[in-house]
Amino acid sequence: MTTPGDSAAELWPLWEVFVRSNRGLSHVHVGSLHAPDETLAVRNARDLYTRRSEGVSVWVVPAVAITTSDPDAKGAFFESPAGKNYRHASYYSKSEGVKHL
Amino acid sequence: MSDDTTADAPADTHGDDHGHVAVDITTLDAELIEGPSDATADIAEYALWLGDDSLILAQQLGAWISRAPELEEDVALGNVALDLIGHARSLLHYAGTASNKTEDDLAYWRTEPEFRSLHIVEQPNGDFAHTIARQFIVSHYLFELYSRLRASADATLAAIAAKAVKEVDYHRDHSNQWVLRLAHGTDESRRRMITALSDLWPYVEEIFRDDPLIDRLEGVAVRPSSLRPAFDAAIAPVLAEAELEIPRGFVASGGGRTGNHSEHLAFLLAEMQVLTRAHPGASW
Amino acid sequence: MTSTITPATSAISVEEQQFNDLIEADSRIEPRDWMPEGYRKSLVRQISQHAHSEIIGMQPESNWITRAPSLKRKAILMAKVQDEAGHGLYLYSAAQTLGATRDDMTDALIAGKARYSSIFNYPTPSWADMGSIGWLVDGAAICNQVPLCRASYGPYGRAMVRICKEESFHQRQGFEILLELMAGNEEQRQMAQDSVNRWYWPALMMFGPPDDDSPNSAQSMAWKIKRHSNDELRQRFVNMLVPQAAVLGVTLPDPDLHFNEETQQWDLGEIDWTEFHEVLAGRGPNNAQRLQRRRDAHEDGQWVREAAAAYARKQSALTTTLEMAAS
Repeated sequence: MTTPGDSAAELWPLWEVFVRSNRGLSHVHVGSLHAPDETLAVRNARDLYTRRSEGVSVWVVPAVAITTSDPDAKGAFFESPAGKNYRHASYYSKSEGVKHL
Repeated sequence: MSDDTTADAPADTHGDDHGHVAVDITTLDAELIEGPSDATADIAEYALWLGDDSLILAQQLGAWISRAPELEEDVALGNVALDLIGHARSLLHYAGTASNKTEDDLAYWRTEPEFRSLHIVEQPNGDFAHTIARQFIVSHYLFELYSRLRASADATLAAIAAKAVKEVDYHRDHSNQWVLRLAHGTDESRRRMITALSDLWPYVEEIFRDDPLIDRLEGVAVRPSSLRPAFDAAIAPVLAEAELEIPRGFVASGGGRTGNHSEHLAFLLAEMQVLTRAHPGASW
Repeated sequence: MTSTITPATSAISVEEQQFNDLIEADSRIEPRDWMPEGYRKSLVRQISQHAHSEIIGMQPESNWITRAPSLKRKAILMAKVQDEAGHGLYLYSAAQTLGATRDDMTDALIAGKARYSSIFNYPTPSWADMGSIGWLVDGAAICNQVPLCRASYGPYGRAMVRICKEESFHQRQGFEILLELMAGNEEQRQMAQDSVNRWYWPALMMFGPPDDDSPNSAQSMAWKIKRHSNDELRQRFVNMLVPQAAVLGVTLPDPDLHFNEETQQWDLGEIDWTEFHEVLAGRGPNNAQRLQRRRDAHEDGQWVREAAAAYARKQSALTTTLEMAAS
């Protein structure tokens, strides 16, 4: 299932834009734009989403190339981690008060 | 003009995890690049040359905003225009230090013969291909110019050039991309690109013409004629990829550096200066 | 504020229950979630109208870019009008997550089938209008928009957060333009007052018709797309304006405006809604001109957009050929 919004009927395809606001941080999705190809897409992203020094790096991805999880199966798809509290440090309470743990 | 400014956006009265709006604390960069000393008369004249080119071009590009072929391009052309007006302001500000004038005195209260702009920047926007052809020529020229002006013996010009060169580098890339797309797009776009290039090419020669002023500014200014080989070398691969030939034909006589302008400039200035001139002495 | 979901007469589906629960919990709806058709339609209508308003809203101000009276003002105005293009783009992309394409939305706009804020059908004959638009029009827009940052539809809310951050400069620069004019010569002060006279009432009408005459409001509030009523926001705006007008030294053109000791609010005079409906119905001063200009830009740009699309097709065909040759 692809990301919502792309339509083959449009003259210029839709691109999703991700911006890294600073070194050491991940690229974060900021929105989308239209561009005829990837070269102009990355330039349009720079012009549109970094007008106020919001970024040090930009990714553009054709919206059609993104695969998403199925939202209708949301409950089931993300159910598994629930009940597996032993994955979290706070689960281990007996070591409380012991330093450097 | 750099100070720390904290700005707050109006916050909604309801506290909420979502959609809280606050403007980050920003350290504002200097708007104008200012140097340690005032310009001499000759350096001021040279700063006017460069400042007027940027100002007139910014004025023209500003007219595209809300009329571009696609909204993304409104934003892109807007960025180019804003960069250029920044360069113009720093250069005119510096030019004004020689005669105790402000950037606005120079932009709004000089008459047409007192302007020093090149004919190429005075050429009208035309269709998008004309604007791209003009951008292509001027950005490549400005990139070569500012690359060298960074080493100017004049500290202010060098500082202005050091900032400007990075920005015009992007302008030149923007115009390269569009030259390729228009040249290899549709039959119509190719026809328009060829027409635009041949309409603008007559004004190329003037850009690289030396004026006696340059002889008096050795080490400070960049000799225009010295930029021609680098300019030719920079545009050649783009034109080759676009399968465009350098137009042959007219060479316009130019004369902008001595105040002899194209027919377009008077209209452009009339529009640009109309409000300011209606209110002498007013501040805005 | 109570926000009850109208209970369905018969049993509702699991998806609908999930949707209602998310709304009730003040959580967010995301693009691929199930949503009632009415919710989707209502959002597409509102977001696209909002996007169109940003785009048409570029025109009254771009009118002065080439004539701005100082280079600083020229740069500020260019940046502002350019921001509006950006805001239109953020909003179109939010609407696109609901399945509306930009091409379709643009076609609807230039065909005159889509609405946009009627305030932009007023002309900008004077430079002071750049001040009034920033102070009054953007000010009213911000009042409307800040609560929208919490709209229940995620992409809309996120677009609004970005827009609100950027808009805060728009209102301030407008206020400064007027402040500068009011500190100037007699002609400049006159210019400022005249402009405030023309924009004040239309700005108040931007909040929409009175609550008892606002057809879409109740449902939008229940769905938490909208958070406050039209009249509530209008009142909040006027309360902010009065002290600001005093700082400027301009008069607000409402002889009945007075402070109500009991409610601690500023009571305003009667709004002339006939004018609002006239402009909305297409009989405003500049409706035709605004649409024509948008249509011209779109049509003049057609060959450019087609050229770029054709180039992209050729390039990708070329890449495919090269890859095949290499394998």
